[in-house]
Amino acid sequence: MAKTRSWRWSLPALLLAGQAHATGIQLNMTPGVTDISQQVYDLHMTIFWICCAIGLVVFTAMFVSIILHRKSRGVTPATFHESTKVEIIWTAIPVLILIVMAIPATRVLIAMEDTSDSDVTVLITGSQWRWHYEYLDYDIDYFSILATPRGQIEGRLPKGDNYLLEVDRPLVIPTGKKIRFLMTSDDVIHSWWVPAFAIKKDTNPGFINEAWTQVNEPGIYRGQCAELCGMDHGFMPIVVIAKEPDDFAKWVEQEEARIAAIREEEQRLLALRMDIDEQMALGERVYLAHCAACHQPSGEGLPPMFPALKGNRVTTQDRAEHIKVMVDGRPGTSMASFARQLSLRELTSVITYTRNAWGNDTGDVVQAVEVYEYMQGKGE
Amino acid sequence: MSTVTTADHHDEHHDHKPTGIKRWLFTTNHKDIGSLYLIFALAMFFLGGAMAMVIRLELFQPGLQFVDPQFFNQMTTMHGLIMVFGAVMPAFTGLANWMIPMMIGAPDMALPRMNNWSFWILPFAFLILIISMFLPGGGPDFGWTFYAPLSTTYSNDSTALFVFAVHIMGISSIMGAINVIVTIVNMRAPGMTWMKLPLFVWTWLITAFLLIMVMPVLAGVVTMVLTDKYFATSFFDAAGGGDPVLFQHIFWFFGHPEVYIMILPAFGIVSAIVPTFARKKLFGYASMVYATASIAILSFLVWAHHMFTTGMPVFATLFFMYTTMLIAVPTGVKVFNWVATMWRGAMTFEVPMMFALAFIVLFTIGGLSGVMLAITPADFQYHDTYFVVAHFHYVLVSGAVFSIVAAVYYWLPKWTGHMYDEKLGQLHFWCSLISVNLLFFPMHFVGLAGMPRRIPDYALQFADFNAFVSVGGFLFGLSQLIFLWVVIKCARGGEKALAKPWDGAEGLEWEVPSPAPYHTFDTPPQVK
Repeated sequence: MAKTRSWRWSLPALLLAGQAHATGIQLNMTPGVTDISQQVYDLHMTIFWICCAIGLVVFTAMFVSIILHRKSRGVTPATFHESTKVEIIWTAIPVLILIVMAIPATRVLIAMEDTSDSDVTVLITGSQWRWHYEYLDYDIDYFSILATPRGQIEGRLPKGDNYLLEVDRPLVIPTGKKIRFLMTSDDVIHSWWVPAFAIKKDTNPGFINEAWTQVNEPGIYRGQCAELCGMDHGFMPIVVIAKEPDDFAKWVEQEEARIAAIREEEQRLLALRMDIDEQMALGERVYLAHCAACHQPSGEGLPPMFPALKGNRVTTQDRAEHIKVMVDGRPGTSMASFARQLSLRELTSVITYTRNAWGNDTGDVVQAVEVYEYMQGKGE
Repeated sequence: MSTVTTADHHDEHHDHKPTGIKRWLFTTNHKDIGSLYLIFALAMFFLGGAMAMVIRLELFQPGLQFVDPQFFNQMTTMHGLIMVFGAVMPAFTGLANWMIPMMIGAPDMALPRMNNWSFWILPFAFLILIISMFLPGGGPDFGWTFYAPLSTTYSNDSTALFVFAVHIMGISSIMGAINVIVTIVNMRAPGMTWMKLPLFVWTWLITAFLLIMVMPVLAGVVTMVLTDKYFATSFFDAAGGGDPVLFQHIFWFFGHPEVYIMILPAFGIVSAIVPTFARKKLFGYASMVYATASIAILSFLVWAHHMFTTGMPVFATLFFMYTTMLIAVPTGVKVFNWVATMWRGAMTFEVPMMFALAFIVLFTIGGLSGVMLAITPADFQYHDTYFVVAHFHYVLVSGAVFSIVAAVYYWLPKWTGHMYDEKLGQLHFWCSLISVNLLFFPMHFVGLAGMPRRIPDYALQFADFNAFVSVGGFLFGLSQLIFLWVVIKCARGGEKALAKPWDGAEGLEWEVPSPAPYHTFDTPPQVK
């Protein structure tokens, strides 16, 4: 097992904070990899030490009093019980301390909010429970979903190093450039958080928020959704790869080519017939990655929020409705549209799969052209 | 202070209460209703605590072992709702019922029948809430903050029951608050002028005003959730011209004063206990009253500090950052006053004092992390992580809950006529103190390291701390069983308590015998 340390090791780790660092346990906020994140970290440390100092003064006074001014030492209590002068002093001093804190906080905040003059813009769309990235300057967009296998989550497989913090397709950005993020949501509120960039911004359905970053060092940075967004809130991580601008340009080229190839493949696919075995194999993979979280690997769902697909009227009888739900989603429910999210091949296969798995046995073999025609018909 | 009330005020013809269950169902006696509130709160504390145990069990190790994510979300939601509305608030109302009339020299609460109602609708509210968990699809699972549209378009059908339950809780709180205000304003004994009121009475008076102002806002926002979900309105749906962030503004306009509703009476309790056991008058009484009022007023101007990541305009963000930081000033004044009260006193350390001292230290830690959270750029990193969970549990568990426990130990001799078992009480205190810190202190670290809250499973780097926190959680849960035992033991018997069991105590409640007779102050005492 990747994780065998027991809790007993935590106690010394907690007490010997310095040593804990050496063993790789993070105790503090990350300074991150951007100028802003460094400033946020510095601000955090400043207020942390100020708070420690205040705590030290108050608790020292209190414990000195507890030790010295106890009845068991035979003291007689004093009788003073007010002093306007003292009250004014301990009102004024905190005000001054707060002003000292507020000045750098204001400066950093204003810098964080300035999204002007960006080089690259990415539209981030949250949905239950995946992220969609769209590069407004390039012809690139894709979904990014959790890549940790369910077996690891359920304890059937040993957990990997990046357990729950790995995705199938990370966001890729260039280093040294100002990246502007536009954020929105397709369903509930999510929050896009990458600690290394000190960005945490809610994605509000129907509204667009802005944030920006400029990453100094190439690397892989991981984060998570920070706003409770339903059942699988804990399972929608974020991975960002920052590449040198040259490498980024190469990636853009490759990615545009990949997406173009998928589109070409789709056109070719329309003329082809996929056999049921091929579709069942691909369909099962797609189903487990995209559908099983709600509808369960057994197809039994979690009614009434997530209906069973096994024996369902739509998946066993109404073929046109089945295609429509997959393409359009069901507005007002957690069932999202999968038209953008899956390739035509994947979409077709998963429909065929759900019409034949778990004893649904319709024998239907849906073809890409059928799904494509429905999508085109909508476009007109 | 006067010593008017003696045994002749509670002779038999005054004491014509029905017996058995009817006594409790139909009671209009402030002491009975106070006991009902307190027992109810204790039961809810254990229920909400049991749910916290489920949460900590699942989080003991990475991976999903015991519950599925949907049930986990129901647990976090119900834990929050039950602890806020079922445990902390009713416990304070119970203390108010028991103590306010005795502290101001009144024979009872001003509106005794309404008092009966305000308690008896509460069990039904929670019954509805708990029943909703057994509906197909489960109970509320959108967090106790029920952000739209997760609680509207995307919630399950138990939401209607949730809304109904919250309405009843709100009505109960409003009735309780009206009663407190009317009682304090009208029923003070002759000579009990405003600036002679015990601080517990003052803090509760201010709390009651907060309740009256914000509970209707909560009622409004749950109703909007209801109509958005079932009647096709679009308050929080952009597609119909609404705004999901509007929900958060309304909710936190209720929610932030609500936080102070749960802490102001605690300030009153600590301000009663510290002078008693320091044998020295409370330092800066007037400034304590003004500080409480300032906190209450400021609490209406800080709500959006819960929403720094929602994308507010930068000037709004700055405004809420500054007002939030300002709250530290009156709060600091209170802590300094308590320390000054202890200074050069003659302290003893009975259980109520121990809990009050722990309150001061741990609440201050929670207050300082609150100042850190006010700093918006840093809040972007803290928000919705375990750092926030640590912060509000420090102020609510080792703050509000510790103060309630301190109050129970402090006034148990008055209620039962027996002294509690000091040894067991000390054991309860030390177990609670150690475990509460094992439980909540590491959450600061795990939050700073980047663990979001409200997740049933987590990345491996958080594993050690979570195991540690869970052990702290189980120990804290078990420690509270000692409390239950102490209270039951004290109610059943024990060393006879004097009318004034604490030699440093001041106030009218200590001038009636222990246990306090069923009716006290039929003739108002004269306060000098």
